[in-house]
Amino acid sequence: MIRFSHVTKEYPRSGVALNNASFTVAKGEFAFLTGPSGAGKSTILKLVYMEERPTSGEVRVGGIRSSDVKRREIPKLRRRLGIVFQDFRLLEDRTAEQNIAFALEVTGTARDAIPAKVGRLLTQVGLASKGTSFPRELSGGEQQRVAIARALVNDPVLLIADEPTGNLDERATRGIFQLLRDINASGTAVLMASHNLELVRRSEYRVIEVTRGQIVFDSAERAAAEQPAPPAV
Amino acid sequence: MRLTLREVSLGLKRAPLLSVLSVLTIAFSLFAFGLFGLVALNVSEALKHVEERVEIRAFLADGAPIEAVSAAVGDIAAFPEVAHVDIITPEQALARARKEMGEFQDVFDAAVLPASLEIRLKPGYRDPATVREVAERVKTYSFVDDVRYCEEWVQKLYNIRTIAGATGLVLGIAFAGVAIIIIGSTIRMTVLARAREISIMRLVGATDAFVRRPFLVDGFAKGVVGGLLALALAWVAYRLVDQTLGISSAFFKTGSAAVGVLAGGVIGLLGSAMSVGRHLRDV
Repeated sequence: MIRFSHVTKEYPRSGVALNNASFTVAKGEFAFLTGPSGAGKSTILKLVYMEERPTSGEVRVGGIRSSDVKRREIPKLRRRLGIVFQDFRLLEDRTAEQNIAFALEVTGTARDAIPAKVGRLLTQVGLASKGTSFPRELSGGEQQRVAIARALVNDPVLLIADEPTGNLDERATRGIFQLLRDINASGTAVLMASHNLELVRRSEYRVIEVTRGQIVFDSAERAAAEQPAPPAV
Repeated sequence: MRLTLREVSLGLKRAPLLSVLSVLTIAFSLFAFGLFGLVALNVSEALKHVEERVEIRAFLADGAPIEAVSAAVGDIAAFPEVAHVDIITPEQALARARKEMGEFQDVFDAAVLPASLEIRLKPGYRDPATVREVAERVKTYSFVDDVRYCEEWVQKLYNIRTIAGATGLVLGIAFAGVAIIIIGSTIRMTVLARAREISIMRLVGATDAFVRRPFLVDGFAKGVVGGLLALALAWVAYRLVDQTLGISSAFFKTGSAAVGVLAGGVIGLLGSAMSVGRHLRDV
């Protein structure tokens, strides 16, 4: 699903944000990206949805390679991804329904099919009764649910979540995390950046830790190393 | 298109003040350009009137055969540079002289003045070189005694027209450039005010063309409305000047006015295309 091969990202002003990172995320996998603020987690996510291109190395997402992707191909990639942010990024002057419908309209969904799909998504995220509410009328957790519903409009193969619980209280965090687990259980891969160590430790999912632009720990590699060596033939 | 128009109307509803300011900025930029255009138009009209007086006068020798003169008039009228040729008889010449110059009031004998051909040139052929060239050709007729065309005056007029044309062109480009920059900056504010929406559109997979479309429609519509407003302001200014100075100046013809309004739309469209294009490249 995702393959990072010796990826380095350097910004002209702030210097190296990611240094020689290599990892893969399989189809349907749930992986945490952890590390302190400024470690390079968001840079990795931006490289995945190709908001940024690597300075060196290659990022491959669902068969699209950063080395030869054209600008006009990026929207096609993004329609196969769902992206969620800490600050929800909802349009304040549109209701929950309209925010979700907007993503469907933008991607050219037939007008007749939109209301049913919006209703189904609102039900999926537990907000069936809040469709006509504006973002300011919703709690942080509810706003994030709308953002997740919007991210699911195109039935993505991968959901990218950049600190989705960063602005939420403990209860809302648990609710959002459970929602992401359910989404993953239905077959969508999830790559979630979080510095909520409590949340990461409690879960059984893979953890990739980034510090100062370097991947310093990957629980998948450790598990592979701890596997007993195959018997000699 | 339905979605594009909805986004345009939402943009207007969301920031009505910014929209009004954009239209006013476009209107006043085009108004300044329009005022300059009016001045240029009136200077050009005035010069055209003066230019129409450029003529070549060929004085005929006494006893010039009337058949030969008539044939020559046909020949000269067929020159590509010539608008028309008139034969001025000595009587007509005297009548004109008595009308224009007091010292001829006491002259009663038309024979003191020679007959002549009065040759007027078409617009675009009134520069000194062409006038001289036509005069030389006319001089070759055997019955033509002398040819005059106020060489110095034609040269001065040509210089004034060249300077006015060049100044008009430079000022016109400068005014248009300033208008484009101001309009582009105004539209950039609109784009920045909707930066969040643009970033969301792109994240959910909108193509650049889809993002750009409402801004282009918006820019074109504002340009046209600004252009209409500028035209109205220019008309008010034109009427005020005419009434205050008691003159009868020229205003844009319908076609030119329509082109001006359309140019407002095109400037709005280009300003939008540049602003949103730059924004899309930056994000």
